[in-house]
Amino acid sequence: MQWRATTRRSNFTHVPVDSLLLSLQVGLFAASVAGALALGVIALTHKRKGATFVDAVLTAPLVLPPTVLGYYLLTALGRRSVIGVAFESLTGSSLVFTKTGAVIAASVTAFPLILQTARAAVDAVDSTLLDAARTLGATRMQALRRVALPLASRGLAAGLLLGFARALGDFGVTLMVAGNIPGETQTAALALYDAMLSGRERDAAALAVTLTLLAVGLIAGVQWLGRRHHAR
Amino acid sequence: MPAELNVHVVTKVDDFSIDVQLKASVGVTVLFGPSGSGKSSVLRAIAGLIPLKSGHVRFDGHDWSRLPPEQREVGYVFQNAALFPHLSVEDNIAFGAPTWEDARRWLERLQLKPLANRKPASLSGGEAQRVALARALARKPRVLLLDEPFSSLDDSMRERLLEEVKTLVVAEALVTLLVTHDRHEGEALGGRFLNIFGGRLHD
Repeated sequence: MQWRATTRRSNFTHVPVDSLLLSLQVGLFAASVAGALALGVIALTHKRKGATFVDAVLTAPLVLPPTVLGYYLLTALGRRSVIGVAFESLTGSSLVFTKTGAVIAASVTAFPLILQTARAAVDAVDSTLLDAARTLGATRMQALRRVALPLASRGLAAGLLLGFARALGDFGVTLMVAGNIPGETQTAALALYDAMLSGRERDAAALAVTLTLLAVGLIAGVQWLGRRHHAR
Repeated sequence: MPAELNVHVVTKVDDFSIDVQLKASVGVTVLFGPSGSGKSSVLRAIAGLIPLKSGHVRFDGHDWSRLPPEQREVGYVFQNAALFPHLSVEDNIAFGAPTWEDARRWLERLQLKPLANRKPASLSGGEAQRVALARALARKPRVLLLDEPFSSLDDSMRERLLEEVKTLVVAEALVTLLVTHDRHEGEALGGRFLNIFGGRLHD
């Protein structure tokens, strides 16, 4: 492993920076994908029977062991699965053990947090306003888009930040679905683990401190948005 | 034949059953009753905001019973005005208006032009209800549903708005249903009274 040989020689290596940049990239993609999916789920289930059950199923990843999630994703998207075969024949690239796999893994872990936060924000919008929109000619979807989503925008943004923070720190699911390939799928959390195993303590410390600062900054952002949302 | 609203609302709201049959033509019909008598639920059922268990909502020979709210030609003024807080007064009125011209026409007609760029949070109760009325009328409804829109206004503002509504109902030839627990409001609009109590009409 040439990368390990080169990184061990110096106190600081390029590994923390590369893996952090990859984490930010994966986190942004994952929060966007999970955010779009969460909005779709809310649009389809808002104030409808069964929404609680749908939310319970879709929020389960929050409490399931990462290995269980990783198992399901590998089974569903692996190179021998229907989806995996179809994706590979279309793109020539595998879904798992690639950057795409890392984004999928991070999206799955970010999704429940985004869904829960966004759902709470949309549900908090006064239902009389949605009724008013309907009597003014808006369909259910138009009422959501033109009234509920703008009024819930700060809550939605908080959900995206929270999802981004969760995606940024994912370890278990990413390891199972995307592997730990330096420069390709090695995110910051994986690089930290690797740095500890290979005795690159300065790299590990740099990654740990940076991830902690990012997490604290993002949570502060979520809280600020939450306060602004309630103050409206 | 003049436009007629023919309604038989049979529904249940939180285990409270409602069975109300009424006819209303151009002018004001007053659903008069105490709080919790089911009068607002009748309006909501006519607007399509709550489903009917049975019965019908027909207007001018057209059956609205299975139509979603957006396809019924109703204008609804809510008790709390229900203005969209993220939109200006002008944008609120334009929300359901067929064209910007219609929105501007109602902005001028109810003397709301000076408030056009204001947000609902900065309006007084009376101003908010006038905006809500303009917003409902800008959609060019055939039926106007007024759900206690005057209840939170002070006396002078209430008298002014009652006068405006009275003029508009005649000018626009609207079938209007007013829900209220204040007899004076119905009388000021020259309305025909229907007494509702316990989810049923009484003589």
